[in-house]
Amino acid sequence: MTEPLRPVIVGAGPAGVRAAERLVAAGLRPVVIDEAARWGGQIYRQPPEGFRRPKSALYGFEAGKAGALHAAMAAILPDVDYRPRALVWNVEAGALDVLRDGRTGVVSYSHLILATGATDRVLPFPGWTTPGVFTLGGAQVALKFQGCTVGRRVAFLGTGPLLYLVAYQYAKAGAEVAAVLDTATTLDQARAAPGLLRDPTTFAKGLWYVGWLRAHGVPLRTGVRPVRVEGGERVAALVWRRGAREERTGCDAVAFGLGLRSETQLADLAGCRFRFEAMDRAWLPERDAAGRTSVPGVYVAGDGAGISGADAAELAGERAALALLEDAGLPADPARAAAIEARLAAVARFRQALARAFPFPVDWAEGIADDTPVCRCEEVTAGTLRAAVADGSAREMNRLKALTRVGMGRCQGRMCAAAAAELLAQALGTGPEAVGRLRSQPPVKPLPVAAGVSHDEAAE
Amino acid sequence: MTTPLLHRVAETDRRPVRFTLDGQPAEGLEGDTVMTAMLTNGARLRTAEFGHGPRAGFCVMGACQDCWVRTEDGTRLRGCSTFLTEGMRLLSGEGAP
Repeated sequence: MTEPLRPVIVGAGPAGVRAAERLVAAGLRPVVIDEAARWGGQIYRQPPEGFRRPKSALYGFEAGKAGALHAAMAAILPDVDYRPRALVWNVEAGALDVLRDGRTGVVSYSHLILATGATDRVLPFPGWTTPGVFTLGGAQVALKFQGCTVGRRVAFLGTGPLLYLVAYQYAKAGAEVAAVLDTATTLDQARAAPGLLRDPTTFAKGLWYVGWLRAHGVPLRTGVRPVRVEGGERVAALVWRRGAREERTGCDAVAFGLGLRSETQLADLAGCRFRFEAMDRAWLPERDAAGRTSVPGVYVAGDGAGISGADAAELAGERAALALLEDAGLPADPARAAAIEARLAAVARFRQALARAFPFPVDWAEGIADDTPVCRCEEVTAGTLRAAVADGSAREMNRLKALTRVGMGRCQGRMCAAAAAELLAQALGTGPEAVGRLRSQPPVKPLPVAAGVSHDEAAE
Repeated sequence: MTTPLLHRVAETDRRPVRFTLDGQPAEGLEGDTVMTAMLTNGARLRTAEFGHGPRAGFCVMGACQDCWVRTEDGTRLRGCSTFLTEGMRLLSGEGAP
């Protein structure tokens, strides 16, 4: 007799929910562990109970998709072992360490689908730790999840679709959008236009946000680099430049992001092999078209496996679940699996065009002043990192971490690793693919000192 | 009074929740996170341990760990993901060295 299957899904966003739905349809009862209080992930994050805005106000054009995803999870709740407000902080040999309600316990798995999502990718600039500077995603969460804007007059800085979307949402919510400052150039965007037309609906939505902002008199600038945030105790202005010319935008908040960054720590702890992906400019778990990693029984899906957006995440979640069924010798649906892979391949081509339209600002690292903190947790500066390279001792990310503590703070490198890799590579005259990646360490997020150890939850 | 950092633009007809901020009585709304409650009443969550400046959160989704807040009894809470409850006694580090 074989052991019963015990599939565990980490994350209840678009990928996690669709994975769970597919497993339930196959007669399994997956465990779904999610850090949030309610399902939906970040993009379709639900407000707390008792909030009343309709989905059309919260999710705009995507209200239908958000509603469908929320309903899908609600429909399978009786058949899922759903554990919200739970942090998976370690993965080891077929078991997860999970913190919930102040206690940490062990959840064992036979198969693991990691649908851990993403957060904003950021790079440092002077004043970026000032109160009132938030990520783009953070500014959006404040509005969607709490009904608050992060300021009355907000400057939007960075690049990517989220830049224009969140600026639009803020303007609609009654905030003044001081400016939308894109690090990409109009030339980048013009060159990408043919590729973006592969998905005319998404392209049209993007153009619509830009057009709306322009029609409402919002200054839109491209080819921008930040110079500094002024204000000290709180944001008073953002100084930025185009080429050599500096401008100052008065504002009480800055929303900032340079695309998204996959959350990959758990895949690393699970032992998955990683490879450098030029398009994401990041190390990501190796995966096949179905989401299988290098570790049998461990799958990755959604933005946590590489940035491809919410629609692709729903498909990838379902595809990973089909792979799991297939690998477990259960009836899968090969025709559906093939159809999903074809659609995911099309999304990947569109995603390449997006990466061209909103490219990573490769020159940013060389412009970071020595006294600018790269690490927000422990305020390790760019100068400290450069000195460790100049010593001749730091050639690789983990060595740089050991020497300077960058990536060792509470965020475990989530906010600083991209910048540290760029700085290290730039100082060595090479690229980020040549300096390695930070090894993940448990706990992947801080645990309360008092977290007690409970009995094996899996044994219940 | 300090101009708050966050501004309520929707969902304002929720039940009030009383708490204290640096010992002073303050009010949030049911469903507020600790971060929202503090930043609609002030402009900081804590003082950076390794620097000198105030901090007020950054990612708002549990990744950056910038929004840890202390209570008067020394408990640490992650501001963006902990909901406000009646009678919480929260500290922002305002006025502290």
